Amino acid sequence: MALLEVDRLSIQFGNVRAVQDVSFSVDEGIVYSVIGPNGAGKTTLFNLITGIYRPTAGAVRLDGQEIQGCTPYELARRGMARTFQNLQVWMNMSALENVMVGAHLHLDGSLFKALLRTPGLRRREHALREEAAALMAFVGLESYVRSRADSMPYGALKRLEIARALAMKPRLLFLDEPAAGLNPTETREADALVRRIAETGVTVVLVEHDMKMVMNLSDRILVLDYGKRLAEGSGPEVRGNPDVIAAYLGGHA
Amino acid sequence: MRGRSLIGLALLAAALAAAPFLAPNSYYLDIVIRMCINAVIVLSLNLLVGYAGQISLGHAGFVGLGAYASSVLPAHFGWHPLLALAAGAAGTGLLALLVARPILRLKGHYLAMATLGLGVIINIVIRNEAGWTGGPDGMPVQSMELFGYELVRDIQWYWVVAVLLLLSVWGALNLIDSPFGRALRGLHGSEIASQVVGVDVPRYKTTVFVLSAVAASVMGSILAHYVGFVTPEIANFFHSIELVTMVVVGGMASVFGSVLGAVLLTALPQALATFEGWEIVVFGAILMLCMIFLPRGLVPTLAARLRIGD
Repeated sequence: MALLEVDRLSIQFGNVRAVQDVSFSVDEGIVYSVIGPNGAGKTTLFNLITGIYRPTAGAVRLDGQEIQGCTPYELARRGMARTFQNLQVWMNMSALENVMVGAHLHLDGSLFKALLRTPGLRRREHALREEAAALMAFVGLESYVRSRADSMPYGALKRLEIARALAMKPRLLFLDEPAAGLNPTETREADALVRRIAETGVTVVLVEHDMKMVMNLSDRILVLDYGKRLAEGSGPEVRGNPDVIAAYLGGHA
Repeated sequence: MRGRSLIGLALLAAALAAAPFLAPNSYYLDIVIRMCINAVIVLSLNLLVGYAGQISLGHAGFVGLGAYASSVLPAHFGWHPLLALAAGAAGTGLLALLVARPILRLKGHYLAMATLGLGVIINIVIRNEAGWTGGPDGMPVQSMELFGYELVRDIQWYWVVAVLLLLSVWGALNLIDSPFGRALRGLHGSEIASQVVGVDVPRYKTTVFVLSAVAASVMGSILAHYVGFVTPEIANFFHSIELVTMVVVGGMASVFGSVLGAVLLTALPQALATFEGWEIVVFGAILMLCMIFLPRGLVPTLAARLRIGD
């Protein structure tokens, strides 16, 4: 059974069908990419699966259990993590604290222990700081461990979101355009980072514009156009598909 | 970070230990006592407004509930003052719990209006229930009794509120640097990011709202016993605004800023008393200048300057 199954998923905003009858499935341990021209509905599809939007029709199954309509909070408990195309970093915290909140579900959020700062909490906090610093090093942010989030450059913030998502110890990680806005060197580094994440056993679902990166990394690719599934398959299969070529070259004849 | 907070805590303890010996007479001691009481209320409000990012324009309502619980219950039912204080805190906590879920779904201006409405309702109930509360004229409050001793002298009250302030600051510093505190600050920074990492957003909003209401109620009880008389002004809109102003001037999301804001804005009207009728104007002008030149509040602005300096 696939880890994630999306079954005829649709959402309509007014008269706009942003996503229409999209189906695909993601096996455990692979890198799965969603591509398509601007406005094809990629981010909307992400928002539907990760509980930000409620689908108008269709189903999403995680381990065979239906999860459409679950809140992001419930999905986090089931091992789903994500990053955002437009950053959602906590600018009112340090970089390290951002990653520490990522581990929230593995911590004791008790008010009274916090007020009294019990010895147990103190020990856990100490260990958590080291775990968060290790995750920052894993994504290549070791030089920012002592930084405030609001003093970091854009490329570093994108990685910080990934480190925060990894602190959740997710099974399934959604990355929304991890290379958008990055220069070629940074894009190559992001490529290597996604590969390292996949090697740790986390299943990765990726929305990305950078074709080189997508072709390099992906085990399977879904192509969306005008909210509909245009093609699905391995990299070479998708690349050779005449519909995909037409959509990308703008030849909708 | 942790080291700097400990230094701040030690300085505060030293200042609190020295204050009664430096105060030349009972007039100054009275101001210092009011500063300490306000500082605890402002600190609790700052957890809600500054850290969690949930505005409240009705906080004086909770102060008033505590104050009137401590006035009405001993006077009409013969309750022990400590029991009345606890009942006030529990009742206020329960009310906060009931209204928290529907109110805290709102954001920004809508939340401000809803909390304002709550404060206004509490104030009107206190005014109208004249049979119990004395209405607009207010009512006397029995003295507080602790372990068989009556708290009547100012210096006794001073040590009570000084210890409470020190404990509150210590607790708040612990809180903001914990999983609970970081989850709160996350709500302020980005609610959507909080949900996505698995923070139960409504639970955290409700908990901090109740915590801050209960703290306000307890300090309202103490204020009522200390002053010995209570009027509905304690729960009115202007008192709520005054508390929010203390948060903003001292510094949003700053523990020591809360204390400084309370100290300055409690002292300022006294210091301006010589302006005879113009003190409100000068007060307003100082606030405007603060907002123009120190929009983040005194303590965060100064801390940022110092960081750039070193």
